[in-house]
Amino acid sequence: MPQVSLTVNGKRHTVEVETRTLLVELLREKLGLTGTHVGCDTSQCGACVVHVDGTSVKSCTFLAVQADGASVTTIEGLAAADGTLHPMQAAFREHHALQCGFCTPGMVMSAIDLVNSHKERMSEAEIRHGLEGNLCRCTGYHNIVKAVAAAQEVMHGRAQAAE
Amino acid sequence: MYAFAYQKPATVAEAVKLLSADPEAKALAGGMTYIPVLKQRLARPSAVVDLSGLGLAGIGVSGGVVTIGAMTTHAAVAASAEVRRAIPALAALAGGIGDNEVRHRGTIGGSLANDDPTADYPAAVLALGATLRTDRRTIAADGYFQGMFTTALEPGEIITAVAFPVPEKAGYAKFPNPASRYAMVGVFVARGPQGVRVAVTGAGQGGVFRHTAMEKALEKSWSADALAGVATPAEGLNADLHGSAEYRAHLVGVMARRALAAAG
Repeated sequence: MPQVSLTVNGKRHTVEVETRTLLVELLREKLGLTGTHVGCDTSQCGACVVHVDGTSVKSCTFLAVQADGASVTTIEGLAAADGTLHPMQAAFREHHALQCGFCTPGMVMSAIDLVNSHKERMSEAEIRHGLEGNLCRCTGYHNIVKAVAAAQEVMHGRAQAAE
Repeated sequence: MYAFAYQKPATVAEAVKLLSADPEAKALAGGMTYIPVLKQRLARPSAVVDLSGLGLAGIGVSGGVVTIGAMTTHAAVAASAEVRRAIPALAALAGGIGDNEVRHRGTIGGSLANDDPTADYPAAVLALGATLRTDRRTIAADGYFQGMFTTALEPGEIITAVAFPVPEKAGYAKFPNPASRYAMVGVFVARGPQGVRVAVTGAGQGGVFRHTAMEKALEKSWSADALAGVATPAEGLNADLHGSAEYRAHLVGVMARRALAAAG
């Protein structure tokens, strides 16, 4: 079986996988990082979004062998060591941007990449377009968009983080 | 997924050799279609040949031609300042494919090799009269698309880049399926070195096609008004639970007018 060496949330791992193992399976089943969810398993819902080399991808549509040599960040890797939440996580809490929470890890990971790649302030329409790859079956989109709009101000230094 | 061997060659020649030596081997570009196909066990390749190590990503503009490497992602095309300046309609089209995460992985070469009848890129390639470069030859857009999921590519042939002549005017509009975001109907209009060309994706049973009646009308007058009275026959168009052939024929006219408005 092939070996995959990758960095996940700053920690190096070398894992034996099958060529058909998906990145999300490697994360959940080999490394025990179950914060990344599998929702639809058909590349549509975005619950499995993680960052590979800083870019948001659907880890259910990504072979583990393709992540060889990559640096992966999951929802578990966002908060600081002392527990301080990432500004996007803090904004989700502040704006009540989750109900059941199933889509939340993917939403947060997608939203962080979206904000990172838009230094200019995004409009509500741009945020909604940017999150088209993430589905929330509680239909809590309204507060999710509010949270992302607030977090972009903090992440780009235009406002203070929510307490 | 069924088990398969995974290969990641470092050169185009090596990739062609692997794919040519084994008819059951399949090329993997961004994987946004092929990995779901594998997951559903709709394909059982002996080997998957990953093209991501061939250095085929990149965008260049020179001499009135925008050249996009086959492994360039939709996100990279959408964000490219050069593409936005030279062919803004192409950048806008790339920015409307799938969703953000799909655009981060999906590639122009993969989309064109797959030739999904509801994909966006075939409309741009056909309307702009682009040229596909492969490991062994160049293929004009008019000879490339040969029906749904069917192209002029030979077994083992790999697209390396796509060259788009810069048009004077170009615009694209699509009516996306609300669930899948694939085009129910997408129309790309262009006026450039090869005259007026109009390509329609999503609608035809045989994949992307040129709308010659609209081309003739727009040659006379480049305006939405010129399309009044230009008929789109429903015959040969797709009909499914999302819309009848007549509905799609109607959408072709609506999308063409919107594409013209976008082109200016």
